[in-house]
Amino acid sequence: MLALAAGTLLGGCRRATPEATPARSTLEKIRATGIITLGHRDNSIPFSYFDDQQHVVGYAQDIALAIVEEIKTELGRRNLSVKLVPVTSQTRIPLLLNDTIDLECETTTNNASRQRQVAFSINYFASGTQFLVRRDSGIQDIDDLRDKNVIVSAGTTAEIALRKLDHERGLGLRIIAARDHGDAFAALEFGKAVAFMSDGAILYGEISKARNPLDWHVVGTPLTTEIYACAMRKNDPTFKALVDATITRMIGNGDMRRLYQRWFQSPIPPRQVNLNVPLDAAMQTLFEHPNDRPLP
Amino acid sequence: MNYDWNWSIFLAPTIDGASRYVWWILSGLAFTVFISLCAWAIALVIGIGLGVTRTLPPRLGRALATAYVELFRNVPLLVQLFFWYYIAPVVFLPVSLQTALNRANPVATQTLTMIVCLGLFTAARVCEQVRAGIQAQPRGRFNAGYALGLTRIHVYRFVILPLAFRVIVPPLTSEFLNVFKNSAVALTIGLLELTARSRQMGEFTAHVFEAFIAATLLYFLIAQITSHAMHALEARLRIPGHGLGGSA
Amino acid sequence: MNYAFDWSAIVPALPFLARGMVFSLALLAVCLAGGMALGLGLALMRLSNRRWIAGIGAVYVSVFRSIPLVLAIFWFYLLVPMLIGAVRGEATPIGPMYSAFVAFVAFEAAYFCEVIRAGMQSIPHGQSHAAQALGLTRAQTLRHVILPQAMRVVTPLILSKAIIIFQDTSLVYVISVSDFLGAATQIGQRDSRLIELYLFAGAVYFVMCFIASRLVEHRYARNALT
Repeated sequence: MLALAAGTLLGGCRRATPEATPARSTLEKIRATGIITLGHRDNSIPFSYFDDQQHVVGYAQDIALAIVEEIKTELGRRNLSVKLVPVTSQTRIPLLLNDTIDLECETTTNNASRQRQVAFSINYFASGTQFLVRRDSGIQDIDDLRDKNVIVSAGTTAEIALRKLDHERGLGLRIIAARDHGDAFAALEFGKAVAFMSDGAILYGEISKARNPLDWHVVGTPLTTEIYACAMRKNDPTFKALVDATITRMIGNGDMRRLYQRWFQSPIPPRQVNLNVPLDAAMQTLFEHPNDRPLP
Repeated sequence: MNYDWNWSIFLAPTIDGASRYVWWILSGLAFTVFISLCAWAIALVIGIGLGVTRTLPPRLGRALATAYVELFRNVPLLVQLFFWYYIAPVVFLPVSLQTALNRANPVATQTLTMIVCLGLFTAARVCEQVRAGIQAQPRGRFNAGYALGLTRIHVYRFVILPLAFRVIVPPLTSEFLNVFKNSAVALTIGLLELTARSRQMGEFTAHVFEAFIAATLLYFLIAQITSHAMHALEARLRIPGHGLGGSA
Repeated sequence: MNYAFDWSAIVPALPFLARGMVFSLALLAVCLAGGMALGLGLALMRLSNRRWIAGIGAVYVSVFRSIPLVLAIFWFYLLVPMLIGAVRGEATPIGPMYSAFVAFVAFEAAYFCEVIRAGMQSIPHGQSHAAQALGLTRAQTLRHVILPQAMRVVTPLILSKAIIIFQDTSLVYVISVSDFLGAATQIGQRDSRLIELYLFAGAVYFVMCFIASRLVEHRYARNALT
């Protein structure tokens, strides 16, 4: 969040306006240079991460690769090279804007304020903030957390939502803010808190990294929603049309559902853990009515 | 640069509606001051004990004190904090106590952990200052005391230590200031002291500059008050004719 | 003791941990070089005859010696990308590593300034008077007479401080930079062996700092406070 503020301030200092029409569309740039550059994450299981062979894999990465195939067909060039550039939440938008990467599909939330800087594809994932707890803790939802220790990642929308709800409903939650997801889960494993609140997708990723994944499960009615989509430069209608067409086709012919089963309901690298994430109502809606609507 | 300054953000209600940002900052300040003063008290008690021990004849005492100092001075404060917060309960406490600790109010456990950690860390440095202060006393002072029939304890208590303390007030002031600065490391275990609160405020309001400037000014204020207080103390304690290595 | 220690995660992770250690040492090196240079500049500013120059130096030192290093790290984590972006005229993704370098240099320069200034002032005035009598300019006096002697006097202080700075590099943890402690944390979290990795990291820091401080003590046998 801090870096987002810095990025926004930084945006004010830039002389080149980011929303101006790019000098050439992304497709032209790829045709001219022969290179497609994709942004990816190093540790966002199961969306975009390094497996133990240091290959980039994941649900979102597979979507990006499908888009790459479509680009190759569209440009009529099978021998385009694909460059992979690791990004973080702070660098992903600046790297798109300064042309270092052309497309990034990982865990970027599609929301209105981001849409002032970049464009988003059709949404491919919906998730809500829930709680990660031990199976034997008996905790089912936020009311079971009265007067208990709950941990969140500092500065996230999850922390804001939790603090608001705690104050509104007088739950007496003892909220601990951790440096990042890894620290939060470590503190949870040590018993410093009984629940870790975050985006469902992140929680399932953390379970997969636990020593005993079966000890943990995700509970609770989602307090907020996150929608993920691919991000790309604005004012580039041909590229967006291609990306959207690819995703829509994947949803339509069942490929997306199969991809979901591959990454959320089967054993995944690096430790062959099965996250077992049920297809919830939000995801069903996404598959039945593909859209690129941002969160407000 | 088009950053919109808004100093009245401090009076705005916090994002969860529970408080105002100024109270967050002041709460952080309170924790910083409380932790630092408690840790300093512990550091003085243990540090003086160790420092004296290092100058006494018994070899075992000196060896243990030296081991303590070397251990606590050569491991980073952050590693020591992680030791007390994560490792010590799991390795040293029975499971029942661990559970009790985990169920306790996290603010209390974080505060206690930081006070213990910072106190023990600083004690090693206080020990070295005290030792230097004692060793700066001319042998003549010790011998004069023994010649008058005083026991070693009395010589330390009435002759050496009073003079040694006066000598080490400046370096001790420096250590005291360091305690306030080192207290910020507590944010790594989730304690919302001053630096953590200013960062939290910055993250929730996007008015990062106002928040950080407030924290910077408050730390500056703490440092000024502390060093002026210590200088005043030094002036009041001064004994004419007993400067550093002075005669008699 | 009811914890089953399992040290097996450490050896396979040594290459990764070594890379973290390289960063810690690089940060130390940059901090020493940059900090001394900036510190020297600040010391000269503080000794200047012009009140406003001396004033700026005094304020800088005063502020940076009051705030925690953690706060300085956060400040520069915010400022460095902004300043670079403003200079280059475009958004530049700057990793937190570079902010860390700048933060440490800026922070420790205040300490080095005071040490160098004290060292310079400990040189008897007769030295600079003699130099002036021989026709050396102020700059030449500084460069050839005062500073060499001052640096020799403060070298043990600088070396002791270097050991402390090495320990302080672990604080880049707060901006998730992968130094030695950060690398140990990552491995510890990945393999659920946080306790073993932290104990290992502590031991490594201890051994390195203990040996270094013994060497400094041996080389510059410390006298009593007088």
